[in-house]
Amino acid sequence: MLWVDKYRPKSLDKMLVHEEVAKNLKKLVTEQDCPHLLFYGPSGSGKKTLIMAVLRQMFGAGAEKVKLENKTWKINAGSRTIDLELTMLSSTHHVELNPSDAGFQDRYIVQEIIKEMAKNRPIDTKGKKGYKVLVLNEVDKLSREAQHSLRRTMEKYSASCRLILCCNSSSKVTEAVRSRCLNVRINAPKEDEIISVLEFIGKKEGLQLPPGFAARIAAQSNRSLRRAILSFETCRVQQYPFTNNQVILPMDWEQYISEIASDIMQEQSPKRLFLVRGKLYELLINCIPPVIILKRLLSELLKKLDAELKHEVCHWAAYYEHRMRLGQKAIFHIEAFVAKFMSIYKAFLIATFG
Amino acid sequence: MAPVVPSSQPWVEKYRPKQVKDVAHQDEVVRVLTNTLETTNCPHMLFYGPPGTGKTTTALAIAHELFGPELYKSRVLELNASDDRGINVVRTKIKDFAAVAVGSGGRQGGHPCPPYKIIILDEADSMTEDAQNALRRTMETYSKVTRFFFICNYISRIIEPLASRCAKFRFKPLSEDVMSSRIVHICREEGLNLDSEAFSTLSSISQGDLRRAITYLQGAARLFGSSISAKDLISVSGVIPQDAVQALLASCRSGDFELANKEVSNVISEGYPVSQMLSQFCQLFEVIVEANDISDEQKARICKRLAEADKCLVDGADEYLQLMDVASNTMRALCNMPMEFSYE
Repeated sequence: MLWVDKYRPKSLDKMLVHEEVAKNLKKLVTEQDCPHLLFYGPSGSGKKTLIMAVLRQMFGAGAEKVKLENKTWKINAGSRTIDLELTMLSSTHHVELNPSDAGFQDRYIVQEIIKEMAKNRPIDTKGKKGYKVLVLNEVDKLSREAQHSLRRTMEKYSASCRLILCCNSSSKVTEAVRSRCLNVRINAPKEDEIISVLEFIGKKEGLQLPPGFAARIAAQSNRSLRRAILSFETCRVQQYPFTNNQVILPMDWEQYISEIASDIMQEQSPKRLFLVRGKLYELLINCIPPVIILKRLLSELLKKLDAELKHEVCHWAAYYEHRMRLGQKAIFHIEAFVAKFMSIYKAFLIATFG
Repeated sequence: MAPVVPSSQPWVEKYRPKQVKDVAHQDEVVRVLTNTLETTNCPHMLFYGPPGTGKTTTALAIAHELFGPELYKSRVLELNASDDRGINVVRTKIKDFAAVAVGSGGRQGGHPCPPYKIIILDEADSMTEDAQNALRRTMETYSKVTRFFFICNYISRIIEPLASRCAKFRFKPLSEDVMSSRIVHICREEGLNLDSEAFSTLSSISQGDLRRAITYLQGAARLFGSSISAKDLISVSGVIPQDAVQALLASCRSGDFELANKEVSNVISEGYPVSQMLSQFCQLFEVIVEANDISDEQKARICKRLAEADKCLVDGADEYLQLMDVASNTMRALCNMPMEFSYE
């Protein structure tokens, strides 16, 4: 089992980071008066862990016995019927699903499936805890229509069903949905919090940590706890006992992007652009999301630039990323950014050095 | 609906006014509607206005008061965006419901029970244009036995032929004292303690939206118990603390790109929503504008980019890149760097 899973806190009491939030959530849940919740924050900050712990707090250990279901729903949409295949994780008390998986048909999921689930109220032998919980992931990726449909569902079935929504950025969730939930912001853990978690894991695993080693991992992790733990484990596999100057390898795709960046800096010509295109394709077919490529490329390039040029490059990165979102093929836009950069940089070189 | 455990009911529902005369702050609307209750004569209506001002509440209240609990089910059809409202539904469900004739029945238990039905179309601005067009004739043909209530945020999204068939009512944002009197009432009922600072914070962060204010209040009450401070309210509402916004502005003023970059990364990892950041950033300018040295031209440049970034965010662009661009643009404007890119 990966350490990320092994050391995932199971209950709200055992949280190592976000203790304050966990304490408040516990108070909220134990009073049996749980509103709809919306968790938002960057990835690797512990949203999912918190949600699972909240479920456990609500329903006890039963919430952890989940089964994976792949179900096909037949939805009657006026004149035609639509077949939707949906994967969901469910226990007796909760159902977890990714409504945005359905792409442009996500509206039907919200209108039909979620409504259907929300309507059915579980009956307890003692007549207690008469509600079930729906965990919806990536609500920020839901279309606007789907989010609109969600809002009345949330009000109407609030007696029998609680929604826990989870997303990266709450700007993409409509105001109407946000205002119906208790918003819980989960910030990325600070570096010293990451260090303390790493030290905790190190102690549990019985590892000797040289001073400053955990700090170096934390500094490289971009404040993502998941990433820190993963790279900690990678280091463990590579070399143990740890040495003071052990290299913490960056992810291979990151290395690859910094290679691309230095390629671009070396020469600005159509030939080089062609070479870069090949490398970008390589990254894309390895399923690195285009946005991440662009962002990483930007930060690598910014490291090597004069202050004067940074504003300009930064603007074009934002410009092409927006275009990428509107367009269909990511490669065009990343390549356009590279070409733009080359032309700017070349002009700069000519202006400065003649 | 299944019986509700009283404590689990949202306060928004719990304190929803049951009678038209209890609706706060919308005097003209209330006057017209109370008149309607007496005469039982009622035109088609269109309620519009910002969220949380009582549109749905008013519509539900008048329907309940007209028909009473027994007839309500058979006389009122409530449709909102969570129901499918495509053109097919308009052609079948709404038309069928509208076509049924009803008898006058006479007064029942204090409710006038007029001889018509009501169709409430909530969130009507999310209906397609085609569906709205299909309603036009239906509204006229069955006007003897059916009244339509449209509820929407933006009247511009209701097609003109529909709007012209209705009596329009604008719901205005609630003023601070109306809101606080309502909040005080709820606090008394629920046994909460709010100091005056918390009150003013609550009305400023909810911006005239009573539903939002009540939701924040309930959230804070659930998380922090019965005495609530201004800080608790801010943490529940998702508003970004002022110092975070100030820090970003300060970094832009410094003219140091790396500093701004660090500040922007920090905003992203703290999980603050960037759209919120942009609007608070904009508000901040309004405040410092009077006392400060920023020229009109600088302000205009900054605001232009803010608006563009907001549009990009709506399109789903990456938050970090957009905020970074805004910060860099602001920095160039504030530090009098050239705005045009020299190497394009």
